[in-house]
Parts: sequence; C-alpha cells; structure tokens
Amino acid sequence: MRTVAVVGASLAGLSAARSLRKQGYDGRLVVIGDEAHRPYDRPPLSKEFLAGDLGESDLALETDGEDLRAEWLLGVRATGLDRTRRAVRLADGREIQADGLVIATGAAARRLPGSEGLAGVHVLRTLDDARALRDELARGGRLVVIGGGFVGAEVASTAHALGLEATVVEAAPTPLAAPLGQAMGSIVSALHLDHGVRLLCGVGVKGLSGERKVEAVLLEDGRSIPADIVVVGVGASPCVDWLEGSGVTLDNGVKCGADGRTSLAGVVAVGDCASWYDPRAGHHRRVEHWTGAQERPAAAVATLLAGGAVEPGVPRPPYFWSDQYGVKIQFAGHAAGADSVTVEEGAPDDRNVLAVYRRAGHPVAVLGMNQPRLFTRWRKQLAAAS
Amino acid sequence: MMIPACRLADLPRGEALRLDIDPPVSVFHTDDGEVFAIDDTCTHQDASLADGWLEGCEVECPLHASKFDLRTGAVDSPPAKLPVRTHEVVIEDGMIHVRVSTDAPNLPPCVAARLAGGPA
Ligand SMILES: Cc1cc2nc3c(=O)[nH]c(=O)nc-3n(C[C@H](O)[C@H](O)[C@H](O)COP(=O)(O)OP(=O)(O)OC[C@H]3O[C@@H](n4cnc5c(N)ncnc54)[C@H](O)[C@@H]3O)c2cc1C
Ligand code: FES
Repeated sequence: MRTVAVVGASLAGLSAARSLRKQGYDGRLVVIGDEAHRPYDRPPLSKEFLAGDLGESDLALETDGEDLRAEWLLGVRATGLDRTRRAVRLADGREIQADGLVIATGAAARRLPGSEGLAGVHVLRTLDDARALRDELARGGRLVVIGGGFVGAEVASTAHALGLEATVVEAAPTPLAAPLGQAMGSIVSALHLDHGVRLLCGVGVKGLSGERKVEAVLLEDGRSIPADIVVVGVGASPCVDWLEGSGVTLDNGVKCGADGRTSLAGVVAVGDCASWYDPRAGHHRRVEHWTGAQERPAAAVATLLAGGAVEPGVPRPPYFWSDQYGVKIQFAGHAAGADSVTVEEGAPDDRNVLAVYRRAGHPVAVLGMNQPRLFTRWRKQLAAAS
Repeated sequence: MMIPACRLADLPRGEALRLDIDPPVSVFHTDDGEVFAIDDTCTHQDASLADGWLEGCEVECPLHASKFDLRTGAVDSPPAKLPVRTHEVVIEDGMIHVRVSTDAPNLPPCVAARLAGGPA
C-alpha cells in the first residue's frame, strides 16, 4: 500500500493515522478535514471550555512535537469517492488517489428546521459552535435547551454554574431513556431539578418565535417559553452524504463489519460515522462515544493493512462518560436488551449509584454516578463476560 | 522520603493501594506479581488511578481511558498527554516501601491549582 487517505481530521481520524504509523505503515499518508483546526477534543466543548476553564490550546489532541509524517489538508471537504479510480474528490477540485481509505467523518449536529438565520439559536458540535455559544452565555439571559440528552444536559449544567436561568425541554416522557432506560434515565435527569433547572418532559417543540433574534420557544401544547438563548441538542447525524453512489453501503452511517471493513475492499470506517457490527448485541450499531472513536481505529487499520485477512477481535463494550452538576456519570454496555436493573451500591436520592443491568441474570450494562472505582470493576467484568 | 505502604501479603495481585500523602501515590500489584508505585492522580483530570483498570503493566484511567505504563509512567494516548511520576518500590521483610520521587509531579491543572492554594 503506497498511499492511505484518512477523511475526517478529528479523534477517529487522528487515532487512525497514529495506528497506521504504529502498525508499521511507512507510505504516504494524507489526512483530509473540512474544519480549519488541527484535531481537537470535543467533550470539553460542553463542559470546561464552555465554562471558560479551558482555552483553545488545551483542546489539542496532538502532543507537542508529535509528527505523523502526514500531509494535512485542512479546511477542505471531501465531496465524493470514485471507486474505480480509487480517488477522493475534494470541494476545491483536487483529487487524492489512494490505495487505502479510512472514513472518519463523524457526525453533524441536527438543527431545528426554520431556525436558520435567527440570532441566539445554537447547536454544539464544533469548536466554532462552542466559541459562539460561550460568548453568548457570557452575556447572560434566559437559556432554553431543546433536548435532554447528554450534550443538552451538560450545556444546561454548565450554564447553570455560570449563573444563567435554564430550562430543558424534552419530547420523551423521560430524558435519557434510550441510552439508560426509564428508571435510571429519570434518576440521572433529576440532577436538573436538584439544581433548580426547569425540566419540561413529554412535550414537543413546535417552533421558535422572534424576528431576527429568538424570543421564545413554542411548545406543541401551546405554551411559549421566553428565551434569549436557545441550544438545540437533538442529536447528530452521520456525515456520509459524500459517499452516496460510491459503492460504500450506508445504513445509518457506514455499514461495517466487526473490524471496521466496509462493502468496498481497501476502505474502512471508524468513529461516529460508522455503524459497526457488534457481536455482543448481534446487530449493527453506531456508537457516538469518545472511547470507541479512540480505540477502534487500531482494529480497522489492522484490517486495512492486512487486506482484510485478520480475524476481528470482540471490541470492548461501548463506554461513555458525562459530567453534569459536578456528578461523574459513566455507562458501559447495552441497556436495550436488559430485563432488570438493580442498584448495587449507593443511593439514588444522593445521586450516588452503581446500577447493573441484566438480561436473564447476566450483566449487560452498568451505570455509575460518582462511583469510578466500582464502575471500573464492573466494566472489566462486563468485558470479560462475553 | 521512604514510606511504608503495607505488607505484600495484604495487597492481592490485580489490586492497588492509595497512599494518602500529598500528592497521593498508588502502589499496584500486577497479576504477574510485580509491584510498582506511581502518582495516583491522572495527569488529565482529577481521577484516582488506583480506581483504574489494571492490565499487565498498564493502568487505564477510570474516567477517560488513557493508559499509563507502571514501569515508566508513560501515557499511551489522549486525552492525557503527560506521563505520571514513578517511584521506587523496596520490599523488605514482606513489607512494601515506596521511595517518593523528588521530581516535580505532573498534576492536572485543576488539582495543581488546589495544591498551590493550600489544602482545600
Ligand atoms: C459537545 C460534545 C460533548 C461530548 N462529550 C462527550 C463525553 O463527555 N463523553 C463521550 O464519551 N463522548 C462525548 N462526545 C462525543 C465524542 O466527542 C465523539 O464521539 C467523537 O468526537 C467522535 O469522533 P469522530 O472523529 O468520529 O467524529 P468527529 O469528532 O465528529 O469528527 C469528524 C470530523 O470530520 C469532519 N468532516 C465531516 N465531513 C467531512 C468531509 N466530507 N470531508 C472532510 N472532513 C469532514 C468534521 O468536520 C469533523 O472535524 C461529545 C461530543 C460533543 C459534540
Ligand atoms: S482523567 Fe484520566 S484520562 Fe481523563
């Protein structure tokens, strides 16, 4: 293999580039990213960076003096993939021919239709988004967060700590029920109420009002919630439009085997844009968490370099963390298949919990709130169990 | 400074013991029976490495999964970027002692600020 192109210059792309060099790949390495920035870390964007405790240079993912001998093409978008010529087309008309391709284009924040051009309305995915939101929060005002998922909850928590009045609107009856299940979702989302952040559940958003600047969030039940700042935290969609018609099979992201291989030989996909086959769950799953984007590229790169001739190992169960109102939340595994959840340690009322999800008596997931030690033990056990 | 930690027999393989000195140091007993001591606080944020995932000669931070080599203190990948200090371990008459390094520790910014401001 003489040239490998990595499309997407964030956590998964950087991790793939590192894995390539670590696994002995010595050829030409081109990394393409549409943001102008060097790879940076996203989790602090809703936490320490938004709070003003970390600056931009603290977000760098590369270490000082790190040199991957890569050509970095930043600020340019990949617009297509020509499989017969094995070339990535770029928005500026250039073309990069490569024998191997790593797709790491991540996901983009979903927006609210009709909110374009209305001042005061934000999404949070990129450094540029975070800068804009941070500046706006610094001016103060009433904040409404649409969506009670992890990013939305963290924004509410950070804004609350900055002294803003915050309201979270969630369409589902219980926030976080999809990743955590009903019972634990309500325990975690009770953190909002503990801190006097208003939580409105089970009601959809009809639209926003305001001429040039947002003035209120209009709910489907007719209520109108006054707002100076609105953050739309309704999830992210995989950035795979550029692969339409390329022969790479797409299905809620790039459809991959348990080792990152795609439907095209010499092409692997990693990170938030990739839907890997999960042997534990028995189906494909797109995991939008930091640790997977960091860990899995090593396996995908091994597949790429071996021409697909390696046996995929079983990846560790998906893991993520979140920090809200000073509470460290950690979760590993799959809650969806569980038929029971039991609190093994701590007390839900103290927001200090170690809960184990089981299916037919076997642990399938674990949740910790301020329980890093026990959580790690359970996480280890979960990985060993399958 | 040489600090007695515990009896080797009292620290099972695969386990770690945190010494509450300032900054805290942790002693790890690996599955292979080796004993190492490193700074307990992750260099990324305020996490205790004694709470982490011990495998071979590496401990994975319990929060964001950077792995530190117990022999050298080196870190493998982000989000942590700096190594942790390592300390010499001396086992005498079945007792584990730690000779605390005189190097400057690589504490995360939040913890360094707290220590600089005196005990919280
Ligand atoms: C605010 C926020 C907070 C988070 N907090 C946590 C947390 O606490 N814990 C946790 O586990 N996870 C968290 N995450 C999730 C974590 O950051 C992601 O899982 C991780 O960033 C995924 O990395 P990635 O490289 O796959 O994708 P991304 O980081 O999305 O990077 C993809 C890159 O590809 C670029 N790109 C897209 N399309 C193209 C194209 N056509 N051509 C060229 N470049 C392209 C994008 O601009 C982007 O730079 C958080 C995410 C956000 C946004
Ligand atoms: S606190 Fe250790 S890696 Fe983040």
